[in-house]
Amino acid sequence: MRGTLSDRMGAALLMAPLLLFLILAYAWPFLGVVKWSFTLPTPGLGQYHALLTDELVQSVFIRTLRIAAIVTLVSVTAAYAITVVWVRGSPVQRVLAEFCILVPFWISVLTRAFGWVALLSNRGLINTWLQSIGFISEPLTLVRNEFGVIVGMSHFLIPFAVFPLASAMRSLDERVLLAARGLGSSRMRTFWTVFVPMTRSGIIGSAMITFVFSLGFFVTPAILGGGRSVMIAELIYLRIFQSPDWGLGAAISVVLVVFVGALMALLFRYVKPKQLV
Amino acid sequence: MPTYRPGPVSLILAVLVALFLLMPLLAVIPVSLTPSRMLTMPTGELSLRHYRSLIEDPRWLDSILLSLRIGVVSSILSTALALTFSLGVWMFQPRFTAALVGFVLLPMVVPPVVSAVTLYFLLTSVSGLTSLFGYDTWLGVAMAHSVMTVPFATVLILVSLSQLDRRIDLAARGLGATVWERATRVIMPNIKFGIVTAALLSFVLSWEEIGVTLFITSVNAITLPRLMWMGLRDNIDPAIAALSVILIVITVLVLAVRIVITRQKASS
Repeated sequence: MRGTLSDRMGAALLMAPLLLFLILAYAWPFLGVVKWSFTLPTPGLGQYHALLTDELVQSVFIRTLRIAAIVTLVSVTAAYAITVVWVRGSPVQRVLAEFCILVPFWISVLTRAFGWVALLSNRGLINTWLQSIGFISEPLTLVRNEFGVIVGMSHFLIPFAVFPLASAMRSLDERVLLAARGLGSSRMRTFWTVFVPMTRSGIIGSAMITFVFSLGFFVTPAILGGGRSVMIAELIYLRIFQSPDWGLGAAISVVLVVFVGALMALLFRYVKPKQLV
Repeated sequence: MPTYRPGPVSLILAVLVALFLLMPLLAVIPVSLTPSRMLTMPTGELSLRHYRSLIEDPRWLDSILLSLRIGVVSSILSTALALTFSLGVWMFQPRFTAALVGFVLLPMVVPPVVSAVTLYFLLTSVSGLTSLFGYDTWLGVAMAHSVMTVPFATVLILVSLSQLDRRIDLAARGLGATVWERATRVIMPNIKFGIVTAALLSFVLSWEEIGVTLFITSVNAITLPRLMWMGLRDNIDPAIAALSVILIVITVLVLAVRIVITRQKASS
């Protein structure tokens, strides 16, 4: 029966609306953006040349890579610590860990960034408290700098880093761990020489997701960086809305997509997509 | 049976991470109760004035209503598109399925800021043709949100289809049911839960969408996240703290109910 004419018609009719919608509302305008990058303000490769020579653009690229690397390290480490308890803890510990992971996951990025402003700003919770106990006399600058951006982004990305780690830890055969312990290996040694190596695919997947997400991050750096530690996404926004330079904004977008695409291709060479979820 | 449980060092580290995750959510509570017009810790006296201003200030109410409208319309659109597409994939298993699904998932994997530039290009181009849905209109925002949420809806519906027994569809087909009858009377009732989840997730994602919305709205279509953004960028309005507390309480309640329900299901 498969492959008959009416079958093919049925499939085409059912699948066409979404495909058409995305071709018209996503693929076509994306090509338009690519066109902008080659034609605005003058036709040619001028914008890509500017990307390679403009010092501001380059410093933003380097800052973005640096922040993304630090955030990845912080998020994956923190996520690992809480995932161990979520997957391997006692029933009560599991519920508590799940709650602490899912509540921030479902709360909007704006609310979470705002929470960090409330904690870290000059008149925020931390500075007020430190001053009231007389530990410091002048407020510490914790926000509107790279520190604030790294804290806020790590907070946003930890729940995303948890899921690949959790699936790797769940598929791990518990008997291997018990065998290691039974043969006299200490807790620490079992953890570092058995548990961690066996969750390697989860660590790679989690690091990749965190890193790729960090590269295109917009809201958190814009709020917690206060315009001082601009990342690529904010630079694109500024080029399009503040110093109307659509060509450059488009060119940076194209480069970002190519870069992320290359990273994903690299990821899928080493990890099968199924191992990520 | 012995089990491998995390030791004391693991537990301490996990508690520290949990505190880190919850801290900013707890921090907004005292700020929301400050009597001051600026973002400060309350000293002594507490006040509910910022909660009142959420109801009394028409800007907040307007943007809440707008976000609800956009969320409902974009959720219906993206669920309908995702559902028909997934039914096509599941019922007919056409060639190139992997490539087609990959294409549909693109808005989920492309960096959001690039999708935002793309949708900005789309809506500014459309604005020249019609004023109904273009740049800075609520229909334009709803359409853009659908582009962003349709991959998530598709994934959820495809997952619930993959758990469905093919034989019930084969039986219906053998008994002479048409494609329409198979889809609406056999398959859809069995993936109800997946469809509802897809619609809810699409709504939630649209309700809190900010990255794309910033690029495609300016003064007319001010959604709730957009209004919060404006308040955060200029001078920080403690009404945002009050609103955040309300949103956090709703999230906590919904998740708590869900966890209790799954516990009960697991134990019964």
